[in-house]
Amino acid sequence: MNRRELLKLIAATTGTAMIGGSGLLTGCATSSTQTALTFSPDDIVLLDEIAETILPRTQTPGAKDAKVGQFMTVYVNDCYTREEQATFHKGLLLLEERCHKTYGHGFMALQPAEREEFVSHLDKHAKAEIAAGKMHYFTMIKQLTLFGFFTSEVGGTQVLRHVAIPGRFDGELPYKPGDRAWATR
Amino acid sequence: MSTTQHFDAIVVGSGISGGWAAKELTEKGLKVLLLERGRNIEHIKDYVNASKDPWDYPHRGRPTQEMKRNHPVLQRDFVLNEETNGMWANEQESPYVEKKRFDWYRGYHVGGRSLLWGRQSYRLSQRDFEANLREGIAIDWPIRYQDIAPWYDYVETFAGISGTVEGLDHLPDGKFLPPIELNCVEKDVAARIKKAYGGKRLMINSRTANITQPKPEQGRVNCQYRNKCWLGCPFGAYFSTQSSTLPAAMKTGNLTLRPFSIVSQVLYDKDNKRARGVEVIDAETNQTYEFTANIIFLNASSFNSTWILMNSATDIWPGGLGSSSGELGHNVMDHHFRVGAGGVVEGFEDKYYYGRRPAGFYIPRFRNLDDTPRNYVRGFGYQGGASREDWNRSVAEMGIGADFKNALAEPGAWTIGMTAFGEMLPHHDNRIYLDHTVKDKWGLPVLAMDVEIRENEKAMRKDMLQDAIDIFEAAGVKNVSGGDWGYSPGMGIHEMGTARMGRDPKTSVLNAFNQVWDAPNVFVTDGACMTSASCVNPSLTYMALTARAVDHAVKELRKGNLK
Repeated sequence: MNRRELLKLIAATTGTAMIGGSGLLTGCATSSTQTALTFSPDDIVLLDEIAETILPRTQTPGAKDAKVGQFMTVYVNDCYTREEQATFHKGLLLLEERCHKTYGHGFMALQPAEREEFVSHLDKHAKAEIAAGKMHYFTMIKQLTLFGFFTSEVGGTQVLRHVAIPGRFDGELPYKPGDRAWATR
Repeated sequence: MSTTQHFDAIVVGSGISGGWAAKELTEKGLKVLLLERGRNIEHIKDYVNASKDPWDYPHRGRPTQEMKRNHPVLQRDFVLNEETNGMWANEQESPYVEKKRFDWYRGYHVGGRSLLWGRQSYRLSQRDFEANLREGIAIDWPIRYQDIAPWYDYVETFAGISGTVEGLDHLPDGKFLPPIELNCVEKDVAARIKKAYGGKRLMINSRTANITQPKPEQGRVNCQYRNKCWLGCPFGAYFSTQSSTLPAAMKTGNLTLRPFSIVSQVLYDKDNKRARGVEVIDAETNQTYEFTANIIFLNASSFNSTWILMNSATDIWPGGLGSSSGELGHNVMDHHFRVGAGGVVEGFEDKYYYGRRPAGFYIPRFRNLDDTPRNYVRGFGYQGGASREDWNRSVAEMGIGADFKNALAEPGAWTIGMTAFGEMLPHHDNRIYLDHTVKDKWGLPVLAMDVEIRENEKAMRKDMLQDAIDIFEAAGVKNVSGGDWGYSPGMGIHEMGTARMGRDPKTSVLNAFNQVWDAPNVFVTDGACMTSASCVNPSLTYMALTARAVDHAVKELRKGNLK
């Protein structure tokens, strides 16, 4: 168990919600001047498609249904440090460049199987980089995809379960595989 | 100066203790002016985020860079988030000086931190009240457990504290509503701990100011298990000024609430040796007002109550009202924490839970009771809980695609974790003082913080870490790991001391009934009055001390002793 998980589970169960401060999703440092690097409508479409490859629509909605691309741009613009923004924007360029080298064209032109293969490779590569203590842009994209999706209304109510006002507590609810997780604790 | 208005009593501050002072004074028939430096927040109506879900926030609850720039102190910890943004003091308008790092989390609005508090509610024990005397540390408390016990009964009954009767001398039982249940894993781990330690270490239900039965006479509905307390509860299910004490005070017809009222000093009549009122700066208009009263309760939060004293009667005492002892501003305490452990519990994969609890478990203090003394004095308790991991569990380990999504849509392993809250000793050199070179938005001098944890706390932290690991391992928890994530004074948001109670005016600021020795019609009943810290969450004790002090104040007033 790493520190983040530990803090989260401690906080989630002691009445002090640990919101923010993961040090992974956002950096710790703040910058004093913040001129946002901007996203184009094409960027949002691209981010949507990458996110959909990570969390595709199945019998339940996928990342595009939850407008994860749009969410990512808002989050990067408002919550990332300038340095993290630069890493993220440069990452989109690197991703396209890598895609061109491998397949001869950009991500949007890939077939579904190619997208899955490409993103899967990128995922493994990013994991190796993180293990070596280096930040990788794909880790940012993946984290924001998961965060954006499972905290969305679509993800929280149609993929996970949510009851706005539980009204009671049952500490021993029967569970069988396939039962969905609660959206919030 | 504008017109002067007279009241029977003035209460400065509308948080947990100020709300109690206002309730008790008005119910005893006094005309009361309740002053609050910040804006008003009306019960239910102004809880703007109380019914929002994660997807209703543009950043899903996370702080933005702009929020971090606006809150350079708050952004150091989880308290800065999108959900409670706007509920914390404006750091630009109200700065302070950190001679040493001090994280000061302030709620400048009606209700103060009663809206934002952790709600854990435990009694101090006889052992706590005797500790200073027995160990020769600082000064003796002027009261003992039996002096405060009936007042604990009184405030618990009104506030509504859920919990279990355990029969422990060092964590006295109270007047409890039914507890918020432990979940199946916590119950199992609790039973294993009890067995492993022969009952010397216990995991019990949190005692928390969330009601598990309705209080229709107060218009409060029992907890609905949403776990959104800090956003204000539309059901009034947890104790706050807004849900509980303020409506009671309003109902008497004796209360005048004045928001945006910064008390700049207590006005002192040196011939009578009594306070005659307070000076107020209107935070919106900058206009100055005087209000007079027979008695004054300072409940502005520990450090701000002391700030007011330091800024009062300086023509007689350069250090301010109550400084003749040399102790005003000294003996700052907090609870040091951010040490703990966690692990995985196996065997409950066919179990889950329904509802979101605003509580968990508590492990009462077990060190330095009747066993072999450690290489430090006092002790600590643990707070924590067990739950199943969610989608956030495996960001690094799993791949992509449909199977990945489906796996994350199910709950993961049961994990359990806890963090220790340790007692911090009162040390004369841990202090706050006025820094006249820095002014706030209203031209008032600000506080400087000079506080650090010392050898006793550092030695205790080693046990806080190792004992957490040992307890979980003894209970069969798997993959146990612990950590000390670092602590800076203030992070516990339990700041205490700076105007301590005592038996002797030469060594204390307040007497046994929280009266300032040098002005007996001034009472300080928030955390400033604490002579030692115990290791339990302090707010319940402020409630009890406040009700007790009001009872005394009104009796004295009627005898003519406070004229």
